[in-house]
Formats: sequence, C-alpha cells, structure tokens
Amino acid sequence: MLKQIEGSLAVAEAVALCRPEVICAYPISPQTHIVEGLGKMVKAGKLAPCEFINVESEFAAMSVAIGASAAGARAYTATASQGLLFMAEAVYNAAGLGLPIVMTIANRAIGAPINIWNDHSDALSQRDSGWIQLFAETNQEALDLHIQAFRLAEELSMPVMVCMDGFILTHAYERVDMPTQQQVDAYLPPFDPRQVLDPKEPVSIGAMVGPEAFMEVRYLEHARQLQALERIPQLAVQFKEIFGRASGGLTQTYCADDAETMIVAMGSVLGTIKDTIDEMRAEGHKIGVLGITSYRPFPLAQVREALIHAKRFVVLEKSLAVGMGGILATDVRMALSGAGLHGYTVVAGLGGRAITKKSLHQLFRHAVKDELEPITFLDLDWNVVNKQLERERQNRHSGPIAENILHDLGVVSAKFG
Amino acid sequence: MSYQPVKFYQTGTFTVGNRLLAPVERSVQQSERRSNSINSGHRACQGCGEALGARYAIDAAMAASNGQLIAANATGCLEVFSTPYPESSWQVPWIHSLFGNTPAVATGIAAAMKVKGRKEVRVVAQGGDGGTADIGFGCLSGMFERNDDVLYICYDNQGYMNTGVQRSSATPPAARTATTMPVGPEPGNVFGQGKNLPEIAMAHGIPYVATATVADLRDLEYKVKRAMNVHGARYLHIFVPCPLGWGSQSNDTIRLARLAKETGLFPVFEARHGEVTGVLKIRRKQAVEEYLKPQRRFAHLFGNDPHTEVIARIQAIADRNIRKYNLLDEEG
Repeated sequence: MLKQIEGSLAVAEAVALCRPEVICAYPISPQTHIVEGLGKMVKAGKLAPCEFINVESEFAAMSVAIGASAAGARAYTATASQGLLFMAEAVYNAAGLGLPIVMTIANRAIGAPINIWNDHSDALSQRDSGWIQLFAETNQEALDLHIQAFRLAEELSMPVMVCMDGFILTHAYERVDMPTQQQVDAYLPPFDPRQVLDPKEPVSIGAMVGPEAFMEVRYLEHARQLQALERIPQLAVQFKEIFGRASGGLTQTYCADDAETMIVAMGSVLGTIKDTIDEMRAEGHKIGVLGITSYRPFPLAQVREALIHAKRFVVLEKSLAVGMGGILATDVRMALSGAGLHGYTVVAGLGGRAITKKSLHQLFRHAVKDELEPITFLDLDWNVVNKQLERERQNRHSGPIAENILHDLGVVSAKFG
Repeated sequence: MSYQPVKFYQTGTFTVGNRLLAPVERSVQQSERRSNSINSGHRACQGCGEALGARYAIDAAMAASNGQLIAANATGCLEVFSTPYPESSWQVPWIHSLFGNTPAVATGIAAAMKVKGRKEVRVVAQGGDGGTADIGFGCLSGMFERNDDVLYICYDNQGYMNTGVQRSSATPPAARTATTMPVGPEPGNVFGQGKNLPEIAMAHGIPYVATATVADLRDLEYKVKRAMNVHGARYLHIFVPCPLGWGSQSNDTIRLARLAKETGLFPVFEARHGEVTGVLKIRRKQAVEEYLKPQRRFAHLFGNDPHTEVIARIQAIADRNIRKYNLLDEEG
C-alpha cells in the first residue's frame, strides 16, 4: 500500500510487520521516532505478544536484546552515534555469541564536538564488530532492508545493522510502498534459533574460550559473513518475487556500463550523485555510480567487477579515518589491488555538511580530467582551518577549538552549503 | 526469622543437623534430588565462598522453580572457574555476556519467556560485588526500577578477585588490596567510601531484598525460596569469603562468614518493598578483632604496633550496624 510517511515511521511499521517479540528503546536523535512508533503500537496491543522495554542506556538496550535473543525471542533495537559507541561492548558480544538481533542505525556524527547531524562515522566505527551492515539509499530501501535483515540474521544466526542516514532519511516524508502482513509472513518465517536458553535442554552460552579455540570461533564469524555474501543477493531475488520490487543486494550500479569515471558511495547521497551524473551524461561525460548496499560483508568481487573497466574511481564517503584518510576508500582499494586505476578519496558531508549538486559537479569535472588530489575534503572552509592553525602556532593557550571557530564564523548556526 | 524454629546445633557450630529434622524441613542441598546446578570439576580455589554460595543458591532456586530456571552470569570468578572451554559445570541453561550487563541480559530473558508464554520459567542473574556494585550498577538499577521479574544474586567477596584482588566499592575500610596497599599514613582502603548495595536495592522499593552468608546455608536457602515465591525485581546479597583475596585459610571460610555476621559487620536481614522485615540476630557477639585477625588483608592493623584507632573505627561500624538493624536480642 502506498503511503506518504516519515522514514522513521515507515521503518517502525516495517519492523512491526516482522513480528518482533522484544523491543528495547532508549532515546537518541535521530533514531528516536522509530522506537516511539513501535512503542505506540505495542502499547495499543497491536503487536502482542511483544515486550517494549524502556531501558536506562544503549548498553542496556543491546544487553536486553542479547538476553531476549538468546532465549529465543526476535529482538530489535535502534540507535545512533554516541549510543552505538556506548553499547559497543555489547555490539561485539552479540556478534560473538551469534545472536540474530536486528538494529537500525540512524547514522549520525560522533562527538566531540557534539553534533546530531548525519554522517557514517557511527556505523563504520563498528565495521569489525561482526555485524552485517546494510546501507539504505531511500526510505523504501530502508523499509525493505529491515524485512530482509531479520530473514538474513536468523538464517545465519548473526546480527544485522540497517543503516539509514539520520534526518536525511529518518525525518524525510516520502512515498513508500508498505507491504502487507501476508507478504512479510510469506518472506519471513518464525524465528527458529540455532541455540536457545531453555530448561528443557540446558546449554551454556558464552563460556570462556582460550587460545586453544578462540581463533576458530572468530573465524567462524568471518565464515558466516562470507556465507552472507552468497545469501544477500539470493534474498534480494526472493524479496522481488514476493514484494514485486528490487531492493537490497550487495551493490547497485547506475550508468556504469561504459563509464570511464566511477563514483562509489553509500546511503542517501547516491540520489544526489545520480542526479549530478544524469546532467553530466547529458553533456557527454562517461560517468557512472557504484552504490555499496552491503558494507559488511564487503563485496570485494562485486566492487572489483563494477570498477575494473573504468579508468578512474572516486570514493565519496561520509566518514574519515583520522590520521589516514578514507575508510570506505581503503576497502575499495583492497577490492582493486593490482588494478591500475586512478583512485581518489573524497571525504564529504561530515556532521551534516550538505553535499550539493553544485559541489559534486565541480568535483566530478575535476575527477574526469584527473585533476583531483588523492584526498579531497569537500567544501572544507580552509580559511577557518588555517586561522585556527595559525592561532595555535601563535598562542600556547589558544583555547577550545570549536568555540574559536564559531567565533571566527560569527554565526552560531549549522552551515548549509 | 528462619522458617525452621527448631535449633539443633552440631557441636561448636550453629549448623542445624538435617538428620534431626522431618524430611520436609530438611535443606535442599541434603537431598539426593538436588539439581547439582554447578557440578563438580570446576576450577574454584579451595575454600571458595562464592562456589559454595552459588551452589546452594542456584540449587535452591532450581528447587523453588521445579527446575524451570535460566541463569545469566556476569564476568568474574564464578564465570571463569565454571566454564573453561570446552567444559561447563552448569547443569542449568546459562549465559555469560559481559561484565556489566548481566541484569539487562536477565531482563531480556525474562521478556522472552513472557512473550513465549513460558510463565513457569524463572530467571536469576548473578555476579560478584564488582560486577554488581560498580560496572553493572547502571543496568542493575534499571532492572530494579522497571521491577523486571529477575532475582539478582550478588556474591560479595569485597573485591575484584578474578583480576588479582583490586578494590571495589564493596571493599571494606582498611582492607589491603592490590590497589589499596598497606603503605603510607592511612594503609589499606580508606574510610568513608563504598556502597551499601542492599540498602540501595531497598531504596528502589523492589518487592524483596535480603542478605545472607555462607555460614548459614539454611538461611541462604530460605531466602532464595522466599525470593522465588515473589515476582518482580528481587535482590539477594550473599557474603562469600575469598581465601585468595583475603589471605585467609581455606578452612576458615565458614568461620569468617559467621564472624562477619556475629560481629555486626555484615548485617543479615530481609526487606520487603524497601522496609526491613526481619533480621538474623547475633547469637554470640564478637569483637571485630576476631574477624579481622585471621585475614592477611588486615594484617597491617596488628603486630607489634597495632593500629588500635583503626580497629576502633571498624568496631564503630559494627556497633552502628547493630544499632541500626537491631541485631542483638534485648536479653543478649
């Protein structure tokens, strides 16, 4: 059924259709509307039997989900940013124990300085946690990926994060096609746990494992991710059969067939990139896009296949490996090791800095002529940076950075390009 | 307040002899039908109070739930000595997740049982004093506040023993630990710090809070049974001497637990909805020296130049407990 609905509420409805049994809620922007939506449905008795638990922290949210999942219940929670970091120990633990929890990440920057706006620093900080990480481009895809996530998680007995851009998607009202309960039930069988706490058949979960077996246990986590590389495309095909639309998969390409320049990105910025490319294509530029839907497992073969015939690639990412450069770009380079392509890293949109078509046009036009630096910080205000660097050279007691910069800018407001 | 008014004591102890009781009044542990929840072969130290306390507590909880029990366990000695891969001592469904999240894991299990309609299945969570009073405190308070249907058992050996005897917020004043060494002008752990977890639990207004020691295992079993007869958040704080961490003889574990109670340093009581409803009276009051002396963690207080003023401060703590909880019989 077509609906005009906020992204968060669309996800809440999709999760509700997946018949969750335990939902843990702790507020953090921009995720909060999702659990609010679910809380209302549980309170009204629409999801019975389902327990909605208002916990005291994100650490507890993931921990309650761990207990619930280990006891055989379909468990869900959502978080973002600092919340994801606060639960990080439990995030790794859920994966290590092989518990198929599904969690939405409403992607948001990590402080300091505190910032509630979108980038991918939060999810990418947990890229090695053992969770599958799926990135949505649109609200429709976010909705669809949640349904696929429960199926994937429970089949492989491993947890899945569905990442959607905070505010840009979570708070955007868009048209979505909401599936029926019958469709979701046809796609998603009841949870049949691989391991379960049950007095009928007592097991010990989470025993201490020493050097004699730890590597094997850890490798098995990796092996499950490799299995996911096989299953994710298959589940997307089955999804299309029941729901009638393509959604999910490992990667997606756009105008890639004859492209000499390929742009690689994740999440909602793919829309802006595609619009920009349409305009450049009209001018005769051979440029295309590779969107990464599955960041973990990282589809090395598919990325290589999509890029290998191009002359150059530009990885545009909303994340920064401080002291090194790109995070996604490093993975893409891994996929292309040995291939002689020019590769460029573009760090963009940190802390919600708008990524505009104007900036992308300028960027891509430099790229097609190989005039880009190895790493570009899109729309970085060098005046502000240089002024602060000079201040620090001049004055040992230069004070707090963020306050200095806000003072220099003269306006205490978010900067929208 | 024991449910067994008859008092038959073995010579030199306060232990009630089971053989003198009717079968229905005998302890869970004496029965051949006990569940052996923590089976033999685990790696606890000789004289470990925690292993003893956990065995009695979980077996009693198993008896009270007709074997329908799931246990969550914090990181710590109990977790490590009971499950070195590929062995497990646990005969009950058991999960260890992290150090600081055990109450929340238990909440999740209880929620799962509720949605599955498994009303008969009960949930216990257990951890040491570090996992309870320090790193798991936030999750514990959250579980209490929501009144989740979990019995949380804290095995209090007054320090981080698994990591090599460091101070926790349950470490008593003057005690030597690896992070409160007996050096400087105020040797050992400082006075005026620490948390009283049973009282903090009571402040949440939860249905049942109790303390117990491994010196009175009948009382411990009784309190587990009482706790299991109630739904909602329940807290049981068990005093478990640690020969390794305390520098005590392994055959002194029971004696030290008894002395902690008989000196008044560890009040044994139970409370409902935040109000104390019963205390285990001191039978033969002892001076705190009797409790402190057998423990090397307090050795710096004695010797040729005893710190009498420090011992007096510890005695004052015991005396305050005795007044506050009315631990002495009027005639006693």
